[in-house]
Formats: sequence, structure tokens, C-alpha cells
Amino acid sequence: MMTTLLQLEKVSSAYGQSKVLWDIDMEIVQGSAVALIGRNGVGKTTLLKTIMGVQKLSGGKITLGDQDVSAMAAHGRARSGIGFVPQGRHVFPHLTVMENLTVGLAALTGRSGLAQTGIADHIFDLFPKLTQIRARKAGLLSGGEQQQLAIGRALAGQPRLLLLDEPTEGIQPSVVKQIEHALRRIRTELGVTIVIVEQYLDFAWSFAERYHVMQRGKIVREGSTKEETAAEIAHLVNI
Amino acid sequence: MHESAFLLGQVFNGFSVASLFILAALGLALSFGLMRVINMAHGEMLMLGGYLAYLTLQVVPGPMGIIVAMPVAFLGAAIIGGVLEFAVIHRLSARPLDTLLATWGVSLILQQAARNMFGAIGVEVTAPSWLNHTVSIHSGFLSGLDLPDTRIFILIIAALVLAGIAALLNKTRLGLYVRAVNQDRATAAAMGVNARLIDLAVFSLGTGVAGLAGVILALLGPVTPTVGQSYIVPAFLVVILGGLGSLVGTTIASIIIGLFTALIEIFVDVSVAQVLLLLFVILFIQIRPQGVITVRTRALEG
Repeated sequence: MMTTLLQLEKVSSAYGQSKVLWDIDMEIVQGSAVALIGRNGVGKTTLLKTIMGVQKLSGGKITLGDQDVSAMAAHGRARSGIGFVPQGRHVFPHLTVMENLTVGLAALTGRSGLAQTGIADHIFDLFPKLTQIRARKAGLLSGGEQQQLAIGRALAGQPRLLLLDEPTEGIQPSVVKQIEHALRRIRTELGVTIVIVEQYLDFAWSFAERYHVMQRGKIVREGSTKEETAAEIAHLVNI
Repeated sequence: MHESAFLLGQVFNGFSVASLFILAALGLALSFGLMRVINMAHGEMLMLGGYLAYLTLQVVPGPMGIIVAMPVAFLGAAIIGGVLEFAVIHRLSARPLDTLLATWGVSLILQQAARNMFGAIGVEVTAPSWLNHTVSIHSGFLSGLDLPDTRIFILIIAALVLAGIAALLNKTRLGLYVRAVNQDRATAAAMGVNARLIDLAVFSLGTGVAGLAGVILALLGPVTPTVGQSYIVPAFLVVILGGLGSLVGTTIASIIIGLFTALIEIFVDVSVAQVLLLLFVILFIQIRPQGVITVRTRALEG
């Protein structure tokens, strides 16, 4: 039985007067992994931010599980189970690794039935590096370390849905492999539903079972990565 | 009086002035760092604290009155500050200039309210007898040094408040959230931190500390409707000099300004000292515009 975890109905968003998202409809099935692809500036990041609530919704409806979260502020959506790994990582530079992870626990506020005692062990299991650098200031870490921290921080809030905005952008290839591996484990072992903005079609295709292509603030095509090859839609993305 | 005793006495005075500046400026520094708002009514929180001390002493006369007055003034000013944040500042958060104007208006309203209720002349709060002593040194090279109890008391209170706030910011979960919001508001919110509530809490805390400072002001002189005004300018100077929004910077800047004021008054009169202080701050920020301590906050980058 396929249950819908996230549903977007005619979602639109604007920066001041200029509209950047137009009537987005989207349905994300629980437990799935979905890739959001498209050229730079088509609204992928804005769409993730709008789902998270850090970008204002100017129209439409967002439902998480059976809860309408459209009117909720970002912190409320985080507490409802949305985890966010923003583009550019956005770790708190003057906080240590441990403190960054602890901020992630804020998403557990008011949620019952979840262990609220501390950072779950599986985070350090996924990213062993974080254990070694736990006392370091996040601003001093390498890009790869910051990215692992940003994902770990989002996981600390025990999300049902994890939004990742280009998690491998600007990161050295050896670390990219580790991150990709961790993301697969987050799906399979933790059962977290994942929406990922990804420029590398190869990874998107091997990781996600569905794709959505964006152009000029709209979803122009969606489908299954099992039924179509990356080459077939590469012309829409044209990286 | 011995020369060194006189000098040490002035240094001591400098530190006790600095303590008042710390208490007056902490709230300004905290809320500027977090929300980038300048609260022109902050001085009136000191005034409010002073009147609350006066009222408390009417109800609880005697030696313990002043001890009771401190939490009363803290809570009273924190509540009024919370109302101000909720009703005015939060609603104007995207318009910093309007915030300046609106809080100035609030400051005038509060001053007039105090005038209507307590009169323009001001009220006296008498220091309890246990604060009426002076530690005097009669022999040795510090012979003639007088350290009034009230001034020692101020130093202790400022040190306790500072230690308390430092502990709150660095050792508690709430403090961690404050620092996270300070560094990256949107990301903190996306992690589940209610940034709105953090703003309100920090603003209230800052005005509460100002209320506490008001109790101490009341020990030093009469409480008048405009008593806050004479402390708000140095408090702003402290915030600017300290590097906006930094706790350590605020402390260092308070000490610099306190000592500067006390020591320069050895050589010149009070009004010339004020002029020299302003010149000093102007020169200082020419050389080091980021203040004593640099804290990169998103508020300042945006």
C-alpha cells in the first residue's frame, strides 16, 4: 500500500513581486527517494525552502502525512518531521560540531514517543568523522565535514522527510562517495523519505526511483527513473 | 591623601561606573545582536526599575527591601519589555528605522507616565543601613582610600549578572538556541528552533537586566522620569565600542568607558570629560570600526 507522505497542491511562491514558483503539484510516497532536477535558477532551491517553510508560501497547500502544514512556520514543520540540509550547508560556524547537532534536537520539541535524551548513535555510525571532530568549531571544518555535519544535524531531529539541496556540490570526490553511501543507509536503515536536489544525473538515477524536472518555476516532467534513462531527459536539464 | 590611594580610588570608581554601564548596555547589545533592533526605550527600563525599587521599599521597608526590589524590578521590566517586543518591535522587524522612531515614542510615553504618576521631581530610595558603610584604609601607602559599600555592591551585582548571562548563553539549551539564531536565523528555524520565541525571551531578559540596573541607579541618586536618558547614551557608546552584539565586547567596552570617564575626571571637569569621551569613541571606531570584539552575525552581514 503506497501512502503519500508529502503532497503539494498548486504551491506558489514569490520574492517580492516576482513569482518564482507556479502552481506546483507534487506527491511524494512514504519511503521513497525523489530527485528534483533542472538547470540553475529554475526554482529547485526555492521549492525545497518553501516546503521547509523558510521561504514564504504565497498560494496553494502543503500536506505532510495527514497534517496541513501550509500555515506553519519553519520550526513547526521541523517539529512535524521535516529535516532540511540547505544548499551551502549552513552549519552554525561559531558552534562546535556537538552544539550544531544539539540544535538539531530542537525539532523533537513537543513530539512524544521519541527519545529526547541526546544525539542518536546512528548519526555517528553514519558519519564516524563527526566523532573525531566533535569539539571543533563548525566554521573551521572542510566542506565535506560540514556537509556530513549538516546531514547529521538534520537527522538529530528524527525526520520523516529529509530535504537535501545539492549535498555533493563543491565536495571532494572521495567524500562524495561517503555521503552517497550514507544517504542510501538513511533511506534503507532509517526509512526516511528523501527529496534531493541533484545536478549529477547519474547519482540521481542510481539513488532515486522518481524524478521531477523543473523549468522556470514549474514542474515540466516527472516520471520513474526505472522506466526512463537519464539520457532521455538530459536535454531538459542540459548540465 | 596618598597619590596612589587617590588613583586607585578613581580606578575603583571607574569599575563601579563600568558595572552600571554593563547592566545598562547588556540588553541593548543582546537584542541588537539577535534582532538588529535599537530600542530607544531601553533607558526607560532603567527608570522603570528605579520606580519599582521605590514602590517595593514602600511595601517592604527595612534592610531587606532592596534585596526584594531587585527581582521585582527585573520581572517588572522584563514583562514590560516583553509586551513592547510583542506589540511594537516584532511588528516592525523588517523596518529598522521605524523601530527606532516607534521605540522613541514609547520612551516619551513612559517618561510622561512616570511624570503623571510620581511627579517630575523624582523620588528617593534610601540605601539600607548595611550599605551605608565605607571601607576605609588608614595606614600604608593606600592610606585615605575610601570604598563605599554601595559601589562594592554594584560591582558584585554586575559580576553576578554577567556570570549568570554567560552561563545561560554557554551552558544551557536555551542559550545554544540563542547563539544558533544569532548565527543563522533561517537555518535555526528549519532545525525546529522557535526563533520568534527566542527573540521575545532575549529581549525580555535584556530589559529585565536594565530594570535591575535601575534599582542600583536608585541607590546612587534620585529616580526621576528622565533618569534613564543620562545612561542611555553611554550605554549606546558601550554597545558600539564593544562590537555589536558581543557579551565579552560589551564588558570590555564598559570597563574602558568607565575607566576613561573616571580617570579623565581627575584632570578635567565633568562636561569636558563627556566631550573627550565622545572624541575617544569616535577615534576608536575610526581605527577599529568592528569594535573591541568582532562577532560575525547574520544580522550584520545582511
